[in-house]
Amino acid sequence: MNLADHLPALQVALPLLTAPLVILLRTGFLAWLAALLASLVSLGLALLLTAAVLETGTQHYAVGGWAPPFGIALTVDGLSALVLLLITGASSLALAGGRQSLRLDIDNRRAPMFYGAWLIAMAGLCGIAVAGDAFNVFVFMEISSLATYILIAAGRDRRALSAVFKYLIIGTIGATFYLIGVGFIYMMTGTLNFADMALRLNDVIETRPIIIAAGFITIGLALKAAIFPLHIWLPRAYTYAPNAVTVFIAACSTKVSIYILLRFNYAVFHGNLLGHSDLFAVFIIPLALSGILLASAIAIYQVNLKKMLAFSSVAQIGYIALAAGLASQAGLVAALLHMFNHALAKGTLFLCVVAFVLTSRSATIANLHGIGRRMPWTMAAFVLAALSLVGVPGTAGFISKWYLVTAVMEVPGWGVPLVVAIIASSLMAVVYVWKFVEVAYYGKAPGDDTAAMEVALPLRALIWVAALSNVYFGLFPQLPLALAQSGTSTLLGGLN
Amino acid sequence: MTTLLIGIFLLSLLVITAIAIVRATDLFSAVMLSGIFSLLMALNFFLLDAADVALTEAAVGAGVATVLLLAGLRLTPSTEAKGRSLRALSIGIIAAVALLMIYASFGQPSLGDPLAPAQQHVAPWYIEKTPELVDIPNIVTAVLASFRGYDTLGEVFVVLTAGIGVMFLLGGGRGKPFSRLDSKVEEGLSRHLIPKVMARLLVPFILLFALFVQFHGEYSPGGGFQAGAIFVAGIILFSLVRGERLTLAVIPPRVLLWMSAGGALLYGSVGLAGIAMGGNFLEYSVLADDPVLGQHIGIIVIELGVGLTVTGVLLSIFHAFAARD
Repeated sequence: MNLADHLPALQVALPLLTAPLVILLRTGFLAWLAALLASLVSLGLALLLTAAVLETGTQHYAVGGWAPPFGIALTVDGLSALVLLLITGASSLALAGGRQSLRLDIDNRRAPMFYGAWLIAMAGLCGIAVAGDAFNVFVFMEISSLATYILIAAGRDRRALSAVFKYLIIGTIGATFYLIGVGFIYMMTGTLNFADMALRLNDVIETRPIIIAAGFITIGLALKAAIFPLHIWLPRAYTYAPNAVTVFIAACSTKVSIYILLRFNYAVFHGNLLGHSDLFAVFIIPLALSGILLASAIAIYQVNLKKMLAFSSVAQIGYIALAAGLASQAGLVAALLHMFNHALAKGTLFLCVVAFVLTSRSATIANLHGIGRRMPWTMAAFVLAALSLVGVPGTAGFISKWYLVTAVMEVPGWGVPLVVAIIASSLMAVVYVWKFVEVAYYGKAPGDDTAAMEVALPLRALIWVAALSNVYFGLFPQLPLALAQSGTSTLLGGLN
Repeated sequence: MTTLLIGIFLLSLLVITAIAIVRATDLFSAVMLSGIFSLLMALNFFLLDAADVALTEAAVGAGVATVLLLAGLRLTPSTEAKGRSLRALSIGIIAAVALLMIYASFGQPSLGDPLAPAQQHVAPWYIEKTPELVDIPNIVTAVLASFRGYDTLGEVFVVLTAGIGVMFLLGGGRGKPFSRLDSKVEEGLSRHLIPKVMARLLVPFILLFALFVQFHGEYSPGGGFQAGAIFVAGIILFSLVRGERLTLAVIPPRVLLWMSAGGALLYGSVGLAGIAMGGNFLEYSVLADDPVLGQHIGIIVIELGVGLTVTGVLLSIFHAFAARD
């Protein structure tokens, strides 16, 4: 057996086992360097896995050499690969670009703990993405959530602590609901393996515990995925977290919850529970729609740039949930594509925020007047990513919006109203983005200071790499599209 | 019949305790009651023949968690803050969740039904194959440490992450030094004769029992998690009567940090060793020529890792709370 066969396990084990080494280091710089290297290697592993999935299909791995369902199985399909790329990519981007900003947020003595927690958070999210076992998902959900709370609590603003406490309570409720559901399913099927569960559920459909389990799992994961109106933890957590942490979690953490929500609902419940997909649609589409419209509207009125982008995330999660709720081939492809493309756009936008705050020390829009003239490079990248967020042709955002509209149009009777809602929300996105762009370019800088104050070249270059990836995947969407399509076919076709 | 009656009795006590916890406004009594709650839970688990879980619940839930909460209570006011008007809403939501679970429970197989799906699928396989493949008497340990060892690796990292979080936010490890030790001398209960004598007598036995639970986990209920918690309970008792300073001199924060990180690393290295020796991640069978011997080696080493991390983390958390003003 060569090392390539162990990719699914190494994807999790490598960052996970680097973390204890990192907390033993003595300086913040070394810890950061080790975390960055581990993150980059994980990105490399994710790329290798993606290539393997595209070449030979779903990858299976039996941890401990025990065949499922007796041991724990890891399964990596197109959808897992897509999510793995997001996690490791976002982590690498945030660590590479966030060095300066994190050094200001976290003092040197505590930094090794922080970077250890960062690696554990990333490994935990990867663990969820490769898991083929419902309880294993819960374990890694615990790991990633706990570590994410630490990352958010590191914010310099004291309000980070109250924000993270709220997130901790809600996140724990979500995880508990998930565990209750898994417990009920184990009681009725005797298995924890997803593929096995999908088979054995057939014998016990329409029993009360299974129906209640489906409800608990869906609501628990919707809490963690911040689907409107269960998003109440998200805006404050994103706002008061250290800026570099926001880049990381905004790009991937809610998406991982959506990933597992989709996996459970489609791969396990969809084929077994009668009318489950209708019920899922009835539950999730109204929530998604209100999220799309209301969260976008709320975003317009925000005075803090990070909070504005956070509410925009809630709306974007709404798009993903809407597309996923359609329970159609096209809908799922649109959902998965949007997961990828939104992560690109939000990652870039929050990375620009890192740069803004580095120079002007504040994320309040009122303090960022004239920033566009003083930081032309960063601001241009911000605009580029914002265009992708709105969905302008030529950017990645357009591709997923296009797939979304096409999928929505297939819905008999509801196509037009849904499209109107999507367009209305996109227009609102134009409004809130423009509000910031306007003051950034035309607002009067505080104290009439117009001297240029760009951030250092490496960060600027990184911001541009991220911004250009929005254009690249807008022009050449083959990779995410292939992964989304392969992910969709496994979701709809059961796990085998 | 007797079991049923004891079960009903214990569960009623559980409900009464739960209500008392919710109604208590004094946090000290709430903490003590939650300790009692855990102890009752442990008895319930024992009644269901889940001795391993019962031991964990008693050691962690009733023992260490109570002490940690009490230590945390020193940093906060001791009475509950006046609640906001959301109480009705939360009670409503909790009632709805409870009703849903009760509704679901009407469809569940009855307790101990041998035909229940959970008894039909993987469980018989574990019972049948453990003697042959792993060859240890305690099947729970076999499932936990080998068949589902990857989950347990995850749980060790959950514990480690909790430790990192507390050390990051409150101090310990190489982070912030403990402020309290600099300010005034804390001698614990050392001036009280009876607790001092009792503790001196008890501590060595508690530590010895912890080691027994650690290394006898394959044969009887127990393992690294329980052993770590019991070991920590012994050290905490020592700390209560002899003071923080002396305890930290015996096991300095630096050592605790190494234990926490080292245990997790040890566990993970066994996994990587599996790959290096030509098996899968966490495959113990390849660790020795004889697969069963390999399983034994793997299980002993990972249990040691679990014990180290649990001890290091729980003590770090205790110090972070107790040695701070």
